[in-house]
Amino acid sequence: MRARGLFLFAALAIGYAFLYGPILSLIVYSFNESRLVTVWSRFSFKWYGELFENEQILSSAWLSLKIAAISATGAVVLGTLAAVMLVRFGRFRGRMLFSAMITAPLVMPDVIIGLALLLLFVSLEQWLNWPEGRGMTTIAIAHVTLGMAYATVVVQSRLSQMDASVEEAALDLGARPWKVFLLITLPIISPALAAGWLLAFTLSLDDLVIASFVSGPGSTTLPMVIFSSVRLGVSPQINALATIVVVLVTIGILIAGRITLRAERDRQADRRRAGE
Amino acid sequence: MNGRRLVSLLPWAWLGLFFLVPFLIVLKISLADADLGVPPYTALFEVIDDTVLRIRLNWANFQYVLTEELYAAAFLQSLKLASMATLACLLLGYPMAYAIARSSAAARGPLLMLIILPFWTSFLIRVYAWMAILKSEGPINHLLLALGLVDEPLPLLHSEFAVLIGLVYSYLPFMVLPLYATLEKMDLSLLEAAADLGCRPFRAFWAITVPQSWPGVVAGSMLVFIPAVGEFVIPDLLGGPETLMIGRRLWDDFFMGRDWPLAAAVAVTLLVLLVLPMALLQHTRAGAER
Repeated sequence: MRARGLFLFAALAIGYAFLYGPILSLIVYSFNESRLVTVWSRFSFKWYGELFENEQILSSAWLSLKIAAISATGAVVLGTLAAVMLVRFGRFRGRMLFSAMITAPLVMPDVIIGLALLLLFVSLEQWLNWPEGRGMTTIAIAHVTLGMAYATVVVQSRLSQMDASVEEAALDLGARPWKVFLLITLPIISPALAAGWLLAFTLSLDDLVIASFVSGPGSTTLPMVIFSSVRLGVSPQINALATIVVVLVTIGILIAGRITLRAERDRQADRRRAGE
Repeated sequence: MNGRRLVSLLPWAWLGLFFLVPFLIVLKISLADADLGVPPYTALFEVIDDTVLRIRLNWANFQYVLTEELYAAAFLQSLKLASMATLACLLLGYPMAYAIARSSAAARGPLLMLIILPFWTSFLIRVYAWMAILKSEGPINHLLLALGLVDEPLPLLHSEFAVLIGLVYSYLPFMVLPLYATLEKMDLSLLEAAADLGCRPFRAFWAITVPQSWPGVVAGSMLVFIPAVGEFVIPDLLGGPETLMIGRRLWDDFFMGRDWPLAAAVAVTLLVLLVLPMALLQHTRAGAER
């Protein structure tokens, strides 16, 4: 029995070391004054300073943030509707096709999605003169499609765990279905909406391949800038950028964890009070 | 009933226009000829003199993809590396998922969070981290040289090995999460019953735990395998000139060769190859919903 415990502990230790070692090394070397990654000269914020003076990185980061916010919002709206269909509408016509179209973007190689959407946009432009050229709009549309799949999965799992009797009670009392959805269902699934939004936001911010296919001249996103600079070799400015990303994500996840923990505690307290 | 139709309209329309139609267009263009012009391919349907509709199908792209050795090698290398990465993720991820599922309830949340966290940080940056670690002046070679194990730096970066590490590193969370989901739901009383009946823990693991976690194994493996086959960023940044995975080939045909129909034919072939694994994933997902 002790051997088993030891083995499991070792598995976790090795696994987490594998996951976090590379990230930690990036963080450490972002504070290294020397350009050489292995030679530690001394602690410095030099690369952070250079990062914040790099116009190209700053403007592409701003573009990426805008696209991510727009596409995450679209993805959550569409994903919620799709989740309602999958959870509440039973065996509707075309369900197989619909759920396959939701699952496919989760795993389909980015190069295929990117190429397919680009060819669509080119054909649409030929037939309808829309979209005029490619850029922010086409990237946002592509990211909505990708994010929608993830948002659907997140909202779907929350919706199927939800106690439907609350909705039924409201319907029995004469509330209109859309009112029930807005006043009862939406507040209950709101943590899933937030999680889905953040997931779609992160995916959009991180996507290189699809954006490269569907972007046009003048719309260079942050991953595209990182990719072209990284292709030339290791760059300390990218280390600094990575550190900022890791710190922001960690803070975000800790806050989200706290909120869900508190919500869970409140719910349990409510239940106890209701039982008394 | 009308309300339902209203709710369904938007998702159907969006997925139809921006997911289904694009693939039909890919199929169409894969049968066209590369051409100089905007867009750089010939029309498939042409109306001549307002009366005759001429349809020109060009199978040469597929012929080229299916017979040219370069493409066969790229497909095979993709399948090989993706299979190896899936296996490595399973070997590393199963014990992790098992350990998390059997740890105390208080520890489970944070441990899971630590699995998910890297997924939220940039994929590109995580691949880049390995570039710094594996390069000849990187920490691994530094250590090996300092220990006197090697006389000159090993060419770790730009190799098949580096691509494999990158794939395992990037896709490990996708393996651990579905495995954890099935292992956590498992009925532990079965293991107790087996132990009471004198079954050795190792045998009970193979006879009870593994079959019960099978849906997680399949889902996790497909979530790693399918995107890994078509991966572009990892082979491009970590691989060498000889690590030609098919995703990279497609990218080069499109961006360097500017041959859109050929790239489309590669995409269609890749899609056909992945239909079976995707159906398998869809099947396990549908099974989990019930």
